[in-house]
Amino acid sequence: MMTALQVTLLVLVAAGATAVVLTRDPIRQVVSVSIYGLLLAVLFMAFQAPDVTLSELTVGAVALPLLLLLTLAKVRKQEE
Amino acid sequence: MTPRQRRWIFLVAGGGFLAFYLWGLIGLPGFGNYPGPYGDIINAIAVPQTHATGVVSAVNFEYRAFDTLGEEFILFIAATGVATVLRHLREERDTSAVDEAKNRDVPATSDAIAMVTLAFIGPTIVVGWYLASHAQTSPSGGFQGGIVLATAFVLVYLAGQFIVFKRLSPIALTDAIEAIGAGSFAAVGIAALALGAAYLTNILPLGSTPGAVNSAGTIALISFFVGVEVAAAFILIIGELLEQTLIVREGDR
Repeated sequence: MMTALQVTLLVLVAAGATAVVLTRDPIRQVVSVSIYGLLLAVLFMAFQAPDVTLSELTVGAVALPLLLLLTLAKVRKQEE
Repeated sequence: MTPRQRRWIFLVAGGGFLAFYLWGLIGLPGFGNYPGPYGDIINAIAVPQTHATGVVSAVNFEYRAFDTLGEEFILFIAATGVATVLRHLREERDTSAVDEAKNRDVPATSDAIAMVTLAFIGPTIVVGWYLASHAQTSPSGGFQGGIVLATAFVLVYLAGQFIVFKRLSPIALTDAIEAIGAGSFAAVGIAALALGAAYLTNILPLGSTPGAVNSAGTIALISFFVGVEVAAAFILIIGELLEQTLIVREGDR
């Protein structure tokens, strides 16, 4: 059986993913994708997968947004 | 192709996808219902067989260590590729970042950010080290630990210390450490071959107590090497990107 916490988190993750897609400005999108990564990490924790939680926390919430930010900074610099 | 035709193709393809998707959903096992024997067998034998209480690590670094070796080298090659591509660009452009940014008003790093990031560097290193060295006892591992360790270096940069970041992680050294980490993983496997066992067999003593830090033989060792490789790879990518992306204040040089 799915618990109320798991259902809530699934709904939050779906909302988060939609928010990432609907964010138009890339810089803001980086922030929303980071928060989405955090939500996913909590979801994995609620589904009893702490190892995936750790990977998702480090990669989804930190590493990916960081690399995206640096890439955006580089692209903007070249456009100037 | 007119938009109208395009919409029809989408509707047909989307409808077909939806039908197959729903068909597939019906055949799925129910929520929380695990039919396969593999997980149950692993849960039963992993702790007595490997002395690792982190069973996920036992799968990653022992039963499926060869898969993990492949994943390790995917990251290795990706980092090498990024470094190669960016280095080529750097040589192409003679103007340094300082010159380009001369007329730009660069805000100094605020004391608050510097304080917070500096305060977090120590704890971050401890957490990263813990994660990378405790794969055998907890659901952590070298991969997560390595990225957390690399984050400590990024915090040094965020504290406004680009020059310290560069001094702590010279590209040649990071390159070498990354290669040593990846190579050591492969070497652990070759050591088993030299002893007449299969590739990546757990050849080290397992320790008497399952769940002790010094237990589980090569699981702990491989996890540690993965941590070294991942940390170096990530620092390398970040360093290369920072090098040519961000503004270097003249005072930092």
